[in-house]
Amino acid sequence: MFQYIVKRLLGLAPTLLLVGVMVFLFVHLLPGDPARLAAGPEATPETVQLVRQDLGLDRPLPQQFLRFVNGVAHWDFGRSLRTKRPVATEIAERFMPTFWLTLWSMAWSVAFGMTIGIVSAVWRNRWPDRVGMTLAVSGISFPAFALGMVLMQVFSVQLGWLPTVGDDTWKHYLLPSLTLGAAVAAIMARFTRSSFVDILGEDFIRTARSKGLDERQVIVRHGLRNALIPVVTMMGLQFGFLLGGSIVVEKVFNWPGLGRLLVDAVDMRDYPVIQALVLLFSLEFIVINLVVDVMYGFINPTIRYR
Amino acid sequence: MSDIAPLPEIGAVALAVDEIRTPWSEFWRKFRRQKTGVVAGVFVILLVIVAIAAPWIVPFDAENYFDYDQLNAPPSMAHWFGVDALGRDILSRILMGARISLAAGFVSVAAGAIVGTLLGLVAGYYEGWWDRIIMRICDVLFAFPGILLAIGIVAILGGGMANVIVAVAVFSIPTFARLVRGNTLALKHLTFIEAVRSVGATDWTIIARHIFPGTIPAVIVYFSLRIGTSIITAASLSFLGMGAQPPTPEWGAMLDAARSDMLTAPHQAIFPAIAIFVTVLAFNLLGDALRDALDPKLERR
Repeated sequence: MFQYIVKRLLGLAPTLLLVGVMVFLFVHLLPGDPARLAAGPEATPETVQLVRQDLGLDRPLPQQFLRFVNGVAHWDFGRSLRTKRPVATEIAERFMPTFWLTLWSMAWSVAFGMTIGIVSAVWRNRWPDRVGMTLAVSGISFPAFALGMVLMQVFSVQLGWLPTVGDDTWKHYLLPSLTLGAAVAAIMARFTRSSFVDILGEDFIRTARSKGLDERQVIVRHGLRNALIPVVTMMGLQFGFLLGGSIVVEKVFNWPGLGRLLVDAVDMRDYPVIQALVLLFSLEFIVINLVVDVMYGFINPTIRYR
Repeated sequence: MSDIAPLPEIGAVALAVDEIRTPWSEFWRKFRRQKTGVVAGVFVILLVIVAIAAPWIVPFDAENYFDYDQLNAPPSMAHWFGVDALGRDILSRILMGARISLAAGFVSVAAGAIVGTLLGLVAGYYEGWWDRIIMRICDVLFAFPGILLAIGIVAILGGGMANVIVAVAVFSIPTFARLVRGNTLALKHLTFIEAVRSVGATDWTIIARHIFPGTIPAVIVYFSLRIGTSIITAASLSFLGMGAQPPTPEWGAMLDAARSDMLTAPHQAIFPAIAIFVTVLAFNLLGDALRDALDPKLERR
C-alpha cells in the first residue's frame, strides 16, 4: 500500500512539472509586457525597467523558471498588482470559505445523488425511477448560475427564510452549497443507478436472495458495498467540477472565496494572483485524484497495489 | 455506409430477416423506440431552424430597439417575454441568443472532437512515444478543472465569444482523445484489421477506413452530451463577464445583466434561464437516446 502511494506520487512528477511550466509560461503568453502591467499604466520607461529587474523578467527563461519554482516552494507567489499585498496572504484569507462550500456541496450531492440512484435502480423503470432520472437529467441541464439566482429569488427574496450574501452562519451555506452540488448530485444519481443496476444483475445477488435474506439486506449489505467502487471514482472526478463550479456560484452569492478572487483577478489582469490560483486549483485536483485512487484499496481489498 | 463494419450487431444476424440489417437501419430501429429521444431530436432540429431564421423572425431589433416607455415591463401582448432594463425586447434577444449559444456549443465541440479524435487515433494506433506524449498532454489538460482552463485561456487571449469558443474547444480535446484512443486500442487487435494489414494496406488506410468508422458511434454519443456542457460553460463564462460583451444578446450575459433587477423584474432572468435549460436538456436527452441506440453493451441486458 505504502509503496503504491510512493509510486503514484513519483508518477505525478511529470504532470506536476508540466503544469508548473504551463502556469509559469502563462505570464509570458499574456498580451503585453508583464513588467508594464506590474508597473501600472502611468509608469515611466525607467520605472518599468526597474520593475522588470525587480521581478527578474530580464533574465533568461530557464533561470526565471527556477526562480518561480523556488518561490512556489517557499510559498511566495509575488504580490498582487491590485492590492499590493502578498498573493499568499490574499489566498489564505479566501481559502476556508471555498473549502467549506465545496465540502458541503460534496456532502449534499453524495447523499442526494446516491439515494436517488439507488432508489432508481431498485425500482427500475417504475415511477420512482422515472421521477429520479427526470430530476437527474434536469440537474445536469440547469446551469449553476441560473439555479442560484432562482433559489435566491425564491428563498431569500420572496420567502425571506435565508440570507442572500455573506458566509457568517450555517444558513449562509445552505443555498450556495445546494446550488453548487445540484449538478454533481445529478451526475452521481445517474452513475449510481447504472452501477447499481449492473450489480443487481450479478450472481451473488441472486444467491443472497435465494438463501432467504430480505431485500433490504441484499441491497445494503451485498449491493451497496460493491456499487461504491465506481461511485467513489466518480466522486473524485466531480471534485474538479465543484472547484470549477465554485467560481460561478461564488459570483452569484457574492461569496468571499477563491472563485471570486479569480474572477476579479482576471478582470483586473492581476497575473500573479491568476497564476497562483490556477496552480492551487490544479494541485488540489491532482491530490484529490490521488486520494481517490488510494481509497479504492480500503473499499475493495481485491485490488492489489503493486 | 458499408464501411461501418465493426459495429458488433453484425455478428448477431442469426435471425431470419427479409430485409438487410445495415448498421444505419439497426440504429434507426432502436432510436425510434425512444420517444423522449425522438422528441428531443425534433426539438433540436426546430431550434437550429429558429436560430438560422432568427434575424428574419424576431419581432424587434435585439440590440438597437429601445422602448423607453416600457423599461422593465413584464410580459405583454407586444413583448411576449417582457422588456429589459434598457427597453429591449427579451423575446427578440433570446431568439438571437439561440444563434450564439448553438454556434458556440457546436463549433467548440466540433473543433474539440476533430482534434481529439485525430490525437486519439494516432495515440491508440501507434502507441509507444506518440501515445505517451499525447496522453501526457491530456493528463495536463485534465489537471485543470474544465472551466478553470477556459478562464486561463480567456485571460491570455482576452474576453469575447470567439476566445470562449477556443477555450471550450481546448478542454473538450482530452476527453475525445481518451475515448477514441480506448476504442482504437480495442479495435486494432481484431482479426479484420490484421486481414487488412496482411493484404498490404497502409497505416493511413487502416486508420481512416477501418478503425475510424468503428469509433464513430462513441464519438457521436459524446458529441451530443458534450454540446450541452459546452453551452453551459460558454454561458457561464459570459455570466462571469469574460465572454460575450454587453450589447450582444448572449443568454449567460443576459442573466448577469438581470441580476441587478431581480427584485423588480425577475422575468428578465427567468426567460434566459429557461432558454438555456431547455436547450441543454434537449441535447442531453438526445445524447442519452443516442447512447442507448448505439452502445452495443446495453443490448445484452
